Order: sequence, then C-alpha cells, then structure tokens
Amino acid sequence: MSFIKGYLIPRLIQYFVVTFLGLTAIFILPRLLPVDPIKQQLEQYQSFGVYIPPEQQEEMIKTLKQLYGLEGTLWEQYMNFWERLFSGNFGPSFSRYPIPVTQVIAQALPWTIGLLSITTLLSWIIAVIVGSIVGYHRKRWMEAIDVIVMIIRPIPYYVMALICLILFAYIFPIFPLSGGMGIGRKLSFNLETIISIMRHGILPAFTLLIVGIAWQFQSMKLIVQAVRADDHVWYAKTAGVEEKKVVRNHIMRNAMLPMITQLGLQFGTIFTGALITEMVFAYPGIGWILYDAIMKADYNLIMGIMCISVLAITTSIFILDLIYPFFDPRVRYR
Amino acid sequence: MLRRIISLFKDLFEDYRFTVAFIIFSFLFVLSLLSCISPYDPLRLYQVPRGLPPSLNHPLGTNWLGQDVFWRLTFAVKNSLIIAIVTAVFSRVIAVLLGIISGYKGGWLDRVLMAIGDTTMVLPSLIILIIISMVLKDWARSFFNLGLLLAFFSWAWDARVIRSQVLSLRERDFTFVAILSGMSTIKIVWKQLLPHVLPVVFTTFINNMAWAIGMEITLAYLGLGIDPTIPTIGTMLQTAIYRQALFLGLWWWLATPIITAILIFIALYWLSVSISEYLDPRARFQRIGTKR
Repeated sequence: MSFIKGYLIPRLIQYFVVTFLGLTAIFILPRLLPVDPIKQQLEQYQSFGVYIPPEQQEEMIKTLKQLYGLEGTLWEQYMNFWERLFSGNFGPSFSRYPIPVTQVIAQALPWTIGLLSITTLLSWIIAVIVGSIVGYHRKRWMEAIDVIVMIIRPIPYYVMALICLILFAYIFPIFPLSGGMGIGRKLSFNLETIISIMRHGILPAFTLLIVGIAWQFQSMKLIVQAVRADDHVWYAKTAGVEEKKVVRNHIMRNAMLPMITQLGLQFGTIFTGALITEMVFAYPGIGWILYDAIMKADYNLIMGIMCISVLAITTSIFILDLIYPFFDPRVRYR
Repeated sequence: MLRRIISLFKDLFEDYRFTVAFIIFSFLFVLSLLSCISPYDPLRLYQVPRGLPPSLNHPLGTNWLGQDVFWRLTFAVKNSLIIAIVTAVFSRVIAVLLGIISGYKGGWLDRVLMAIGDTTMVLPSLIILIIISMVLKDWARSFFNLGLLLAFFSWAWDARVIRSQVLSLRERDFTFVAILSGMSTIKIVWKQLLPHVLPVVFTTFINNMAWAIGMEITLAYLGLGIDPTIPTIGTMLQTAIYRQALFLGLWWWLATPIITAILIFIALYWLSVSISEYLDPRARFQRIGTKR
C-alpha cells in the first residue's frame, strides 16, 4: 500500500503535469512560426492562376480557419486543441491537403519504427554484452576495441552519416543514395520489394548501429569497471562466490540501471529521433515528414507528430521510474 | 603553486589520450589565434582564383567562391569554439545548481524542478531548436544568443545525472556522519557532495561543448542558426555541400571541415575521458595499478 501511496501516486501526478506542460508548449510553439499558413494557402491557389473575388476570399479564410482549428481567441483555440487531442483527430494536413494528419503519420510511422526499433534494440544488446566483457576482463586485444570506440564515439551522428553516405554511396556506390525503396515501387509483399527495402535500409541502419553501439558500449564498460572495484564485489569474491555469478548478479545487475534508463529514453525518442538520419538519407519516415511540415508551416502535422512524440517520451520515463526500484535495490524513494 | 601545476600535467600526460587531445587542442587554439592575422576578409567573395587545389600559397586550396579554405578555417574554428564555451558555461551553472538542490533537498522542490527539467527533456529538443531558430532567425544569428539557446536545452539531462548522484551520495555513510556531527547543510553540500559531483561537472562541460558544436553543425545543415556567410565549422560544411563540392571535384573544400570536426570531437572527448579518470580517484588507482 505504501508503494502506491508514497511512490506511485506522486509519479503519476508528475507524469500528468509534465505531459500537460509539454503539450501546452507544443500548442504555443507552432503559433510562433513566422509563416501565416492561411495566407500561404491562398497564395498557392492564386499562383495557379485562380481568381478569388474579395468577398469569397473572406469566406474562404473563415472555412480554412475552421478546418485548422485557428478560429476564435487563443483560449478557444487552446480548448479546441485538447478536444481534438482526446478525439485523436488532428484535422487535415495543410501541405497535403485533404489527407488527414493521422493518415499521413500512419503512413510514415512503420518506416521509422521499423528502422529504429531494430537498430535501438540491437545496438543496446550488443553494447551491453561487449561492454561488460571488455569492462570486466582486461586483455591486451580488448584495448584495440577500446581505441576504435574512442575514435568513433565522439563523432556526432550527422557527420557520421555524411561520411558513410559519401563513402558507400558516392565513392564506392554499393548502396543507393536515398529513399526508402526503389523509385516508383508499390508497397507489396513480394521478395523483390522486401530486398529493395532492405537495400535502402542498410546504410541508415548501419550508421545508427555504429553510433549507438559505440555510445552505449563506452558507458557500459565504464560502469562495469567502476562496479567491479566496489566493496560488495570484493566481498562476494572473498566469500567464494563463483566468478560467473559475481559478474551476473553483483556486477551486471548494478551496472544495468543506467543502461535501462538509456534504453527507455531511446525508445521514447523513436518517434522523432531519426530526424537527421531521415533527412540525410531521404528516408520516408516521420522525421522526413516533420521536417517538410516545419518548412511548410503545416500546423496540424507538426502538432500531431510532436504530441505523439511527447506522449511517447513521458510515458517511457514514467514506466522507467516505476521499474527502477526492481532493478536497483540501493535506490530508495521517500 | 607552479610546481603543483607541473606535477599535475606530468600525471595527466601519462595518459596517451590526454597527450593526443592536448596536442590537437593546442593546434586548434593556434589555428583560431591565426585568424587575427588573416590576409583575407572572411566575409568577402572572389578574393583569390577559385577552385585551386592545395599548394604552397593556399595550404588547403581555394573554394568555388574564391575564398582561401585555410584562412577561412581559422575563423571557423574560433567561432565554433566561442559558441561551444558560451553554451557550456551557462548550462553547467544551471545544471549544478538545480541538480544539487533537488537531489539533496528532495520533497516538493525536487518534484517541481525535475518536472521543469523533464518538460524540457520530453520536448523533442532538435525540433524545437529548429522551430525557435526559424522564429528568431535574426536573434539566433549572434554567437552569444545561439549559445544561450543551446544552453537552455542541454542542462536538464546533466541536472538529472547530478541529482541521481546526490541521491545516492546522501544515503552513504560519510553524509550521515557529517549530518550527525552537526555540519551545516551548506557546508555538507560544499565539502561532502560537491567534490563527488565535480568530475561530472568537468566532463559534462567538455561534453557539452562537443554537443554544442555538433548542434551548430546540424542547424547549419538545415540552413538555420548562424548566418551562413559567417564561417563556422557548420556553415563551412553546409556551403561545401550546398555548392556541390564533390561533383565539382573540389574534395579539399568538403574534407577540410569534416576532418576538422572529427579532430575537434575526438580531442574534446579524449580530454573529458582522461580528465575524469584523473579526477575520480577510483578510476585513477585502477590505471596506476594499485589494488585496494
């Protein structure tokens, strides 16, 4: 009972407060964009050579405002925003007009989730295993891994992706330069399509993997090294506990806590985390669409994507907080 | 005092990573100082023949816009470092203050501070940075303002790290001893907690510098942040890509910012790693080889 009262409820309140603040910030931010979306839309029609008489123009602005949730005072818009959020309807997208936002997102999401969930999980598992081995045993040849990681790890993702793109798509054209699959291909379940998707996915996945592995390997190794020198490990060893058990129960378990935090936070950022990857490789996922939406001041689309991303991150932090005590007996909450 | 500094550096130079990072860094520092005696104005175009390969007159060649790549690089390194240092100083101050307060005090203050921190963390910072630097295009063009903007988005995580350290530190025996022996709270924070937190502050300072430079490069790639005609590493890279340096065959134009960026990141990272190992006695004993 005290767990629920003293721990769960405060966390739950915190979760709702953070989500509320984040979503409110999202409501405000796109309204600060320097581009007026309605004016832009009208200009677009006029650039096609359509003549709109002034009285109809008024009418049109009114309809457009209604469609995009921009009518009324700021407060009314804000209420409207929550109403839309709870009904899960973000309205139509500006830049791809009658298609609703939810459909645009639903089309792009599988690409991003497919690419990121695989690379995130894979790099985490590899990094934890290799990191704890290298951190625990200190052999000569392992220093080589360390040096390689030390060189890769500090390079920011964008520069890394660029180098890989130049190397493997331009100088040695092994992989295609951009896109999610061959141009003009329709999504269907045959072998050729799947191979094409794989071929386009390998380079982005590869860059994400090396950066992810290098990043987490380093922290895992350092934590394992630190824990290895702790008193309780020394005690367990003196008490004659098997080495395998010492590594698994006394070292790994302590070292896992920060790693689990990292994994959880990374899963939270999956929905927007690949902005750069998708821009560099022109991969048709959420990041690509989001960038497009920002450039075209597509309120509804920006709003939809950011809401999903905020919800995903807050939820993963909340779940993390809940499972913390089960992993690390040292952490106590008051 | 002088002897202590010398012996400190002697200890640090035992680590090959510190030595390499130190050499790279002094090289970059000299480069950024050289910008003062540059024969060319960094903002003017067509001052030298365009598209020349590296030669004695132009050590790193010239680009398609008629600028000397080497002298442009000196300005770029200087400007990028300024942005990085502004960001790191501001965000460290915020992170340390909030991290220690919320970790040690706990209770409602902790929850409020962490709620604010979590909010800035759950907002996808890159997207918001993009939006803000679009809205405040003119404001974000000065180094100082861009640094401030970046600082605002980089304190939360480190504050959380410091807080979690303080959380576990206050459960340790020496804190209890200090409390029981009647030490005042400020003194406990200053004498007992801060020394343990300091390695994190130092290393995150350097890591934060690296993050700021990386962010500047990313923003520049999107055509945001600093005015694209002012040389930074990001804008140099962006101009080279935008002007199709590879297809023109001017590889030195593209390779210069990429290699410099890699050198800076490796130097910063190795500095932070070696210094943190030096500052954290446990890691240090391990390196020297004495076992407890």
